[in-house]
Amino acid sequence: MTRAVLGRPRLYTAYRQEAQLLPTWTQKVVCTLFVAVLFLLPFDLPVISHIPLVRFLGDSDWMRPMALLMVLAIAALGLNLLAGVAGQVSLGHAFFMGVGACTAVYLGGTSGEATWGHGLPIWIWLPGAGVAAALVGVAVSPVAVRLRGLYLAIVTLGLVFLGIHFGNTSWGRKIAGPPALGREFPGLDVRLWKEETPLINVEDDGPWLWFDVTDLQKRYLFLLVLTIAFTLVAKNLTRTRTGRALQAIRDRDIAAEVMGVPEFRYKVIAFAVSSFFAGVAGALFSALSQRILATDFGLFLSVEFIAILLIGGAGTTSGTLIGTFFVVMVPQFVEEFTKWLDRAEGGLTELLARVLLTEGDDFGIINTAIQTPGWTLSVFDWNIVLFGALIVVFLIVEPLGIFGIWVRVRNYWKRWPFSY
Amino acid sequence: MVGTVGGRLSTIDLRRGAPVGFLIGALAASLIFGMVQLANDPVLFFQTLMKSLGLGSVYALIALGFVLIFKATQTVNFAQGALAATGALFLAFLVQKRSVFSEGQSVVERDGHIPFTNISNPLDSLGGPQWVHWSLSVIVALAFAAVVGLVVERLAIRPMIGEPLFSVAVITLGLEIMFRVFNNDAVEIELRPIGVPWEISGFKVGGALINWSFVAAMVAAAVAFISVYFFYRSRLGIAMRAVAFDQEAAMAQGINVGRVFAIAWAAGAVLAAVGGIFATQPPVEQTISVDQGTANIAFRALPAVILGGLDSVTGALLGGLIVGVAEIYAGQYAAGHTSWLGAGYPLIVPYVVMIIGLLVRPYGLFGTPEIERV
Repeated sequence: MTRAVLGRPRLYTAYRQEAQLLPTWTQKVVCTLFVAVLFLLPFDLPVISHIPLVRFLGDSDWMRPMALLMVLAIAALGLNLLAGVAGQVSLGHAFFMGVGACTAVYLGGTSGEATWGHGLPIWIWLPGAGVAAALVGVAVSPVAVRLRGLYLAIVTLGLVFLGIHFGNTSWGRKIAGPPALGREFPGLDVRLWKEETPLINVEDDGPWLWFDVTDLQKRYLFLLVLTIAFTLVAKNLTRTRTGRALQAIRDRDIAAEVMGVPEFRYKVIAFAVSSFFAGVAGALFSALSQRILATDFGLFLSVEFIAILLIGGAGTTSGTLIGTFFVVMVPQFVEEFTKWLDRAEGGLTELLARVLLTEGDDFGIINTAIQTPGWTLSVFDWNIVLFGALIVVFLIVEPLGIFGIWVRVRNYWKRWPFSY
Repeated sequence: MVGTVGGRLSTIDLRRGAPVGFLIGALAASLIFGMVQLANDPVLFFQTLMKSLGLGSVYALIALGFVLIFKATQTVNFAQGALAATGALFLAFLVQKRSVFSEGQSVVERDGHIPFTNISNPLDSLGGPQWVHWSLSVIVALAFAAVVGLVVERLAIRPMIGEPLFSVAVITLGLEIMFRVFNNDAVEIELRPIGVPWEISGFKVGGALINWSFVAAMVAAAVAFISVYFFYRSRLGIAMRAVAFDQEAAMAQGINVGRVFAIAWAAGAVLAAVGGIFATQPPVEQTISVDQGTANIAFRALPAVILGGLDSVTGALLGGLIVGVAEIYAGQYAAGHTSWLGAGYPLIVPYVVMIIGLLVRPYGLFGTPEIERV
């Protein structure tokens, strides 16, 4: 194997070199630091807590959105394998998440008058949720493989509606719990079997080794480990024979088949793996919210994943993660900004508040009243509008997403004195 | 010669054979079932048939909007439901005399007004019979819907010419989300009646009750399909078909592609609005008012489009009717199994029909298969 040439970081002399996880030293250092910061983020530490965004996100108020962010990131990585790498755009990702969530509560939940459950520990229900979703994915794939493009998207959209309906039938409610109430869910505690005291306590405040950790911090760390593991799996899968086959199918399926890539088998694999990711994410999603609602796994969630891929940059792992951060956090930031603006007194900020905010009768576009009848919308509604607008604007202005913007910026500086 | 024919017949491609066999079996079973029901209770059968044709016409109307837009611009318009609700809402704004809550009591009668203004609807003070006002209001509302379609096309679709099909489809998904927020906000909590003259009344034919709205939907669908038939044979329609065939070649022949896009979107939005107006009436809903669920009609009409084929007008008509018949008959004759099918199971019948149909024909009944080159 040839060695990298100093000063020419992007000069590859062997395929192994190019296919490395982190090809350059800069990337290795930055990535290590980034992961370290992620692990230390929730704790009040001398240096780390003074990095601007970290101080903000490490606050206990932000642990909940961060947990949601990581769960959605796992699902989005799955969709990225299917839609970004293999080119099979599916609008049914929320359905597979729902299958995972239902399996998880069925295996891990408690049995009662209105609910079915087996009370099994996490090491059964978490992989079980993934496997069940993967099996459903394999079952669906014979239909899906025959279709391409928009036909596939619409059929998978049909799955979402089927899923919501069956989640609300009398037997669906035995699994998902009564509508609007949901059911008890065991949470993320790691047990060996059904014993009282968990092996690793994730759900309550308490010491881990020598450190005092709150429940939110514990949940954050637990999910962080899982997310990193799934990121590595997703990233590594694209570097293997399977990943290359999937990319060949995406770029031109018939050409791939002519060159000896069995299209059917690899499409089934893509569906299975992507559904596995979705199933695990769905199980974690319901464990976070402590209840599952069939209507949660609807069209909106599916569109959210498509938006994550498009905004982040389809086909790239880091783009998917950035996209998830963007889609989950922008609404939170907008909400926080509105709250901050509402409290503002004097100066430019109060002027801005007067222009933007309203309580119903005066001038402004964001309604801060608790109930908002009439034409002005609440922050919540504006966030949904913003979400739709972001999809439209990103697709029109920058089809490659944030990752594309980054590539352009990087190339500009790389050629700096001679940029054109 | 004989040998080759025999050889061709003897090799049955299982991947093709099994779904076709399944389809024939399913059709035969449903035919026999239909005959038995017809012999048992002809009045109920006839009533169900009229109801299902009414629903099928509503689906066919919305499917036609999808197909028009897809043929001209290669875009699957997921925002069709939002456009349907918007059109129906415009009508509701124009015709309704709604009570406004004041100090907890419904006291003030507010006349219909032009959307987004306080100007009361001038059509109201025309005099003459009520249905004339209503028909004029419908025309004004459809014109508003066409304007919305034009604006959407100009702002969001025109910049995307030449981009991948899926990107444009996702743009319409984004539009759907935005529109839905504004529509739901306009509906508020109450229902918005659209003041249909025939309301939910009907007439009886030999014991079978048929709603006027079924007949109206059928008439509207017939008018729409016949006018599209003649439109496609007009100068502009031929231009639209040329654009559907090859945008660049059409442009080189001097066809104004942008104008074709605009007309297709305006027509699609009008058809969506008509569908939205019918989506508040009996075969679909009993309330004859716009509510937050009106937009969902398009997602139920989507299976009809896919079943018929995305780029076929005939497919839209037949797909709509098939899906409508399947939905109503399933609702009528499988009601005994609600305990495990779940309440409201007819609403998912379209998707089941679509999936079965696509197993047999991946491009729908009348859709053009994509020609593939390596």
